[in-house]
Amino acid sequence: MPSNPFPLSKERLLEVYRTMRTIREFEERLHVDFSRGDIPGFVHLYAGEEATGTGILCHLGDGDRIASTHRGHGHCIAKGVDVGAMMKEIYGKKGGACNGKGGSMHIADLSKGMMGANGILGAGAPLACGAALAAKYRNKGEIAITFVGDGASNQGTFLESLNLAGVWNLPVIFVVENNGYAESTSRDYAVSVDSFVDRAAGFGLPGITVDGTDFFAVYEAAGEIIRRAREGGGPSLLECKTVRFFGHFEGDAQTYRPEGEIENARANIDCLKKFAAQVTSQGVISAAELEAIDKSVLALIEDSVVKAKAAPLPTEADLTTDVYVSY
Amino acid sequence: MARKISIKQAINEAIDQEMTRDPSVIMMGEDIVGGSGSFGEMDAWGGVLGVTKGLYAKHGSRLLDTPLSESAYVGAAVGAAACGMRPIAELMFIDFMGVCFDQIFNQAAKFRYMFGGKAQTPVVIRAMVGAGFRAAAQHSQMLTPLFTHIPGLKVVCPSSAYDAKGLLIQSIRDNDPVIFCEHKNLYAMEGEVPETSYTIPLGEANVVREGKDVSIVTYGLMVHRSLEAAATLAKEGIEVEVVDLRTLSPLDLDTVLDSVTKTGRLVCVDEASPRCNIATDISALVSMHAFSALKAGIEMISPPHCPVPFSPTLEDLYIPGSDRIADAVRKTLQKGKK
Ligand SMILES: Cc1ncc(C[n+]2csc(CCOP(=O)(O)OP(=O)(O)O)c2C)c(N)n1
Ligand SMILES: [Mg+2]
Repeated sequence: MPSNPFPLSKERLLEVYRTMRTIREFEERLHVDFSRGDIPGFVHLYAGEEATGTGILCHLGDGDRIASTHRGHGHCIAKGVDVGAMMKEIYGKKGGACNGKGGSMHIADLSKGMMGANGILGAGAPLACGAALAAKYRNKGEIAITFVGDGASNQGTFLESLNLAGVWNLPVIFVVENNGYAESTSRDYAVSVDSFVDRAAGFGLPGITVDGTDFFAVYEAAGEIIRRAREGGGPSLLECKTVRFFGHFEGDAQTYRPEGEIENARANIDCLKKFAAQVTSQGVISAAELEAIDKSVLALIEDSVVKAKAAPLPTEADLTTDVYVSY
Repeated sequence: MARKISIKQAINEAIDQEMTRDPSVIMMGEDIVGGSGSFGEMDAWGGVLGVTKGLYAKHGSRLLDTPLSESAYVGAAVGAAACGMRPIAELMFIDFMGVCFDQIFNQAAKFRYMFGGKAQTPVVIRAMVGAGFRAAAQHSQMLTPLFTHIPGLKVVCPSSAYDAKGLLIQSIRDNDPVIFCEHKNLYAMEGEVPETSYTIPLGEANVVREGKDVSIVTYGLMVHRSLEAAATLAKEGIEVEVVDLRTLSPLDLDTVLDSVTKTGRLVCVDEASPRCNIATDISALVSMHAFSALKAGIEMISPPHCPVPFSPTLEDLYIPGSDRIADAVRKTLQKGKK
């Protein structure tokens, strides 16, 4: 039995691999089913970015809160939201995570500390400040995390939140998922500084940049700043450099990307391949063990699609429920 | 006969012709060009649904892709307008107005009055409105009443390609801030549009179908649902008049009152949420100015008082359909004076 050089036990390594693989297969399946015309609306896929969400969120418990983005499926899965309920939601069915009222862009599960994917860019940052403020009053060491894209990091709401978090010394982490693009516009065109760490510094916040396709790099950096936030050390910014395997949304022809960019990324900076290579080369986990997970994940996704398709549609009676708690 | 083009093409043509005619017209928005700073195709998107595609090739740096910062760039458009430019700011979905509302309702809308008539702010804010796109609660709203509520703003919502071109050209030339609402489910609708430039005055409604029995007053996508209802009702011998408001502010109340005076019955149809919307406004104004002409109580058709649901099943129930409109027309005929 070779010794384990990783910061996680073998059991936990298998767990995080399962999470990343679940996100990947969930998104790959949606890509296929969307192009078949099975899925309505706007769908933004997280494939390629799994190590970022997973490497951060595996540090959290249900009492820690996250505020997500329009590209939220990966955050949901890594925060423990039920995959079957997510699939039903994306199909607009009863029994979906939001009973079909929210769809892909609004999946939420407050019991898991998942405060919602969000259709409004930058909207998550103030909400996470509020979650962190509530945690501070509760005083149980809980924290909040908000994700923001490289593009949405230019929103006033995000920048104001950096300042507010600093002023109130909130236990909140701002994660910039820098995948190089906001829709079709490059990060380099739209962001006025070279490094998001410089932006954080402008607000007096510590910042760190990591390779978001390297699970262990994300895991370690996140672990450190999360521990600090839990101990009252205040907010930080974590930039994860990552890559988007699909278009901005499903249906995007992506002509703004140079030829070969995606193939190259899939071949060389696929976070799942990297993770598998790292853990198998050290002999901690065998290829067969990973394959067994791959198989069971595929079965889980298939099952979720079958059940989503078979689930009942909402009815007219559902249209006007839940507008208010009481009215 | 004029050629037929879509509303989407009509909007593109209006911007193109005004940019060619007037060098002070510039345009800004997120991905209105697309591909900025990347290594692939420039003008890759031309807006999220391709409405401004091709304009970059002709007008270059007068089209500006913006960072995702609505407050900053919409405000910059307002400021530039106050300093001699004629900017068009594209907001993508009108729901994003939440992010930059101050620049519009406290700044753009008020300069003229607050500064004692010294300022003018000829800015156009283009944005997509309306449901039916499976885009859920934050990308589907019909927020027109928010803007008609604010003195100083003009509000336009075309229903045809012809109107879209003429109203947009007029909006660009207009010296006040204009909120130009484009229904995303009408972009593909085609109609006859002259190739030459022309304007339609703001504040002129259009009677799109004449009839003597009942007036329907509406705008945007609901014009088409109302026309469908009118066609169904015609088979029952009911002659419906359909008034397309086209601009919600300023409001052409005269055309509405003329129609109601003729028919004596009114159905107001509005895709906006039902409280304090365009339908309630028209109803109140007609009651006040033409009460004696009314032979029956006014009917109003709007969605229910709830956010726009994602599930297609629910969204289809949410959007007022021609059946509901036709029923309302029949109801006004059953009640009141004969
Ligand atoms: C306030 C607001 N403005 C614009 C949009 C439209 N929009 C949705 S996603 C997106 C790009 C986001 O880019 P980024 O923040 O980098 O996240 P990514 O999509 O790359 O994950 C845009 C412009 C929106 N949803 N909300
Ligand atoms: Mg991005």
